[in-house]
Amino acid sequence: MLATAILIAMVLMILALILNIWRVVVGPDTADRILALDTLYINSIGLLVLLGIHMASSAYFEAALLIAMIGFIGTTALCKYLLRGDIIE
Amino acid sequence: MIDAIISIFLIFGAGFALIGSIGLVRLPDFYTRLHGPTKATTLGLGGLLIASMIYFTSRGEVSLHELLVTMFLFMTAPVSAHLLAKAALHLRIRSEIELPKWDK
Amino acid sequence: MKLLKRLVPHPIFSFVLLVVWLLLNNTLSAGHILLGSVIALVLPWATAGFWAEQLHLHKPGLALRFLLLVLWDITVANIQVAKLILSPRRKLRPAFIHYPLDMDNDFAITVLAATISLTPGTVSIDVNGDHSVLLLHGLDVDDEAALIAEIKRRYEAPIKEIFGC
Repeated sequence: MLATAILIAMVLMILALILNIWRVVVGPDTADRILALDTLYINSIGLLVLLGIHMASSAYFEAALLIAMIGFIGTTALCKYLLRGDIIE
Repeated sequence: MIDAIISIFLIFGAGFALIGSIGLVRLPDFYTRLHGPTKATTLGLGGLLIASMIYFTSRGEVSLHELLVTMFLFMTAPVSAHLLAKAALHLRIRSEIELPKWDK
Repeated sequence: MKLLKRLVPHPIFSFVLLVVWLLLNNTLSAGHILLGSVIALVLPWATAGFWAEQLHLHKPGLALRFLLLVLWDITVANIQVAKLILSPRRKLRPAFIHYPLDMDNDFAITVLAATISLTPGTVSIDVNGDHSVLLLHGLDVDDEAALIAEIKRRYEAPIKEIFGC
């Protein structure tokens, strides 16, 4: 039962990732693309967590935490770029 | 029994993450699109991480470090939403409704 | 007492650091508790110069209740937003809202803005220079005045009480 649930959840997450990629490609504004990338990394954390449960290994946790942190810093830096036209002032 | 609870959390979490992404694609302008990912996706991830926590704890090794990712996401999601909205308003990105008059 | 205060200038910060360290290593072993305690004591002391002002939790009990309320609201909010996303698009009534603020503390405003972003159909966008107005965007706003009153009663009042400002 758990295996089926993991499979269904993975399919849902992959659909979500495809929708995110569609928004990254279509845009239309830079802000839309950044928002889509932000969602993309959050969803990829979800997929990693699912993989961790599937493989019964907690080794994926560090990767999930790192993606969360670096993704947030990336989003912040890109927003700063939009606001000021420069990341490091 | 525990398997059932984990499965419910997994489907619930992944479902919300998908709804957030559907919102990202379906809603009409940037400011409304902002709502889907910041709320639904964050809660969806919370569900998945709780499922992972229950799963690893039920196997005998107490595992709470998923809480850390959950807390981190719940703290950063509003911040990135706020920054994105601020940047969008600064660039006067098109909206379905009239943009507000706003100066600092 | 005075010595304790000098050793642990930010007790809450130190406690959070220790908890985060233990969660990060996913353990409760004596060695990690010791190492975590050392980090929890040294880090606030080493970074003391960067902390502009110390914030006091006036009512920790209320803070805990407020946290639970917000967690519950986040769940409810998400079901509402999910319904809105999946419903036909013309039913949406988005709006920009000028929310008048009653407090001046930077941290308290940050907490309020984050709470607003995570709960029913609203995202905070910006605060003006003299901390009097918070600009929000609502996904489906029926009655602007009612929404402002609701946020004031449900979130701003408890936050003001918690931080005593």
